[in-house]
Amino acid sequence: MGYDCVVCVKQVPDTKGITGRAMKDDGTVNRAALPAILNPEDLNALETALAIRDGHGGTVTAVTMGLPKAADVLRECLVRGADRAVLITDRRAAGSDTLATSYILGRAVARLAPELVLCGRQAIDGDTAQVGPQLAEKLGFTLVTYLDELLGLEGGTLRARRNVGNGWEIVEADLPALATVTDAANTPRPPAARRVMKFKKARCRAEVEQAVARELPGADEGARSAEAERRCAALARRGLLIEQWGLDDVGADLAWCGLKGSPTKVHRVQSIVLAGGAYREFPANEEGVAQLVRELIEDHTIG
Amino acid sequence: MNEVNRRGEVWVFAEHEEGTLAEVSLELLGRGRELADTLAVPLAAVLLAGGDAAEMVAQLGAFGADKVFLVEHDELRGYRTAAHAKALCELARAHRPQVVLYGATPLGRDLAPTVASALKCGLTADCTDLRIGDHTPPGSGELHRNLLLQIRPAFGGSIIATIVNYDRWPQMATVREGVMVMPQPDGRRRAEVVRQEVSFDSFRVPLRVLSSQRRERKVNLKAARVIVAGGAGVGTKDDFRLIWELANCLGGAVGATRAAVDLGLVDKDHQVGQTGTTVRPALYIACGISGAVQHRAGMEESAKILAINTDPQAPIFSVAHYGIVGDLRVVIPRLVRAIRGGARIGGGADTGLPLEPRHGEGRPAAGSAGAAGEPRG
Repeated sequence: MGYDCVVCVKQVPDTKGITGRAMKDDGTVNRAALPAILNPEDLNALETALAIRDGHGGTVTAVTMGLPKAADVLRECLVRGADRAVLITDRRAAGSDTLATSYILGRAVARLAPELVLCGRQAIDGDTAQVGPQLAEKLGFTLVTYLDELLGLEGGTLRARRNVGNGWEIVEADLPALATVTDAANTPRPPAARRVMKFKKARCRAEVEQAVARELPGADEGARSAEAERRCAALARRGLLIEQWGLDDVGADLAWCGLKGSPTKVHRVQSIVLAGGAYREFPANEEGVAQLVRELIEDHTIG
Repeated sequence: MNEVNRRGEVWVFAEHEEGTLAEVSLELLGRGRELADTLAVPLAAVLLAGGDAAEMVAQLGAFGADKVFLVEHDELRGYRTAAHAKALCELARAHRPQVVLYGATPLGRDLAPTVASALKCGLTADCTDLRIGDHTPPGSGELHRNLLLQIRPAFGGSIIATIVNYDRWPQMATVREGVMVMPQPDGRRRAEVVRQEVSFDSFRVPLRVLSSQRRERKVNLKAARVIVAGGAGVGTKDDFRLIWELANCLGGAVGATRAAVDLGLVDKDHQVGQTGTTVRPALYIACGISGAVQHRAGMEESAKILAINTDPQAPIFSVAHYGIVGDLRVVIPRLVRAIRGGARIGGGADTGLPLEPRHGEGRPAAGSAGAAGEPRG
């Protein structure tokens, strides 16, 4: 009984904070001023998986790919109720576009062999909404995009309402399936205080190694590595070790990973620079407003 | 599919619903025509349908397609990812186009990544511009000529990235509705129809559409001559009535930023910007809108832009033609009075004409409704 679910999550800069305040004097965005957060719609994906586990049994595994600091978003998933967390981190994955990312995620998810994969509809940093559909194709899972409401799971099928922009569709999809979840699907549950206390101490191996290097600056390589080993084992015994997989662990072909495995290349990047305004200012008083309206009427823009 | 095919055609995926082509597909034929002419290759539309394709074929020709690849099959009646992706992948493998363009609609954003994954080729989402140009990868010195330059805002719209794709073709991109200019149809143009067979024997589509419901959009922003848009600076749903009020008295439509939609001030149908509708009205009045790049991307080509904001440093002023630095709660009622009075050309603005009942400074009468179609409740 039950369904094993994998939830794919992403750590993103909080781009909603990009307003005047996050702009530098040269008019470009001050990225350092943007906090890193768990992509908002990934929370809806996680909630969908948790609700499935509550109703049917099974497990929820959160997976992310990124730098070791992306363990932050896995801790958040654990705090909110995930059973297990896997960080895919490997220098050779750097520069992966959506195709290479979906390939690597596909290798990792296949290893977890779930019946259901849930992703947020899209991430707020790129807004591409591509990794979900691409991952479904890589896995050979049935794709259900824009899940607005999970209507039921029965035997080998999932029933859901999809928001198709100009309306809704009720679909029945054969499992295994991958759904991308919208923010309308549910209200993510708040973290339970007990889990916050427990899982704030969860760490992945890279974080443990960084801590050891910081705390034992004089120790030689062997001693540091033995200490890291000891700490990881202790974390694992308490269920606090965030699993960390590299490309070799998931059996990825390097030709399809990282920059080399990414068909899209950046040709050019231009920061948006806000030019000084060349607009005509009208005073906010009655006469200024009336003058503006007169001009708009006279040049037939309105009226 | 990885090899570069310099003689490959430019393709536009012809999205349709029950025999009506999506506007964005016709818009793409306009830019696709220019790209194909630059590359000196044919422009083809790909039409996957359950039947009744004749009218759509004629329309695709009139809007600029040289060819229509037509696959008709019962399994293609109504959209299902697996069936459509299978058909499109088979066509692409057989004919090796160099460019494939899709509308960045919910359907296009479902189909295109599925096809890109199956063909193992690149895909750039939500392009705001497409051109042809050359690219030399840094450090290689190798020049790649006549690539599709895929231009899109990234990182929350704070940068504009140009993406290329030189080693694994086709080059694919999705483009938002309204970004490309709709071409003028020419009823005398005829497209050559190339019928293609795709076999669905021993292929089971793993998804069934049990029922569907369509709803009319609450507002047609693309057709509006005047748009009055509100941002987070409007603050409350109550104050957002001012936006409706001004739109009503101009016979215009109500627009909004994503922030205003997220705050629940107005329905998502009204959203203008990178993830909403792209508009080019004669007049765009931006009220309480700071002017994040994502929003500006959807409105900066408006013929006239009036910005009303308390912050004179707000980025919105950098794209504005007219600006009023002030509180919209004060300014909008003054605008409404001036417009209702025809601005009393030659006379005072505030003399004698019917005024809105004033419930404190800047509050419009509750329940006023009109051309902008203010929702009930």
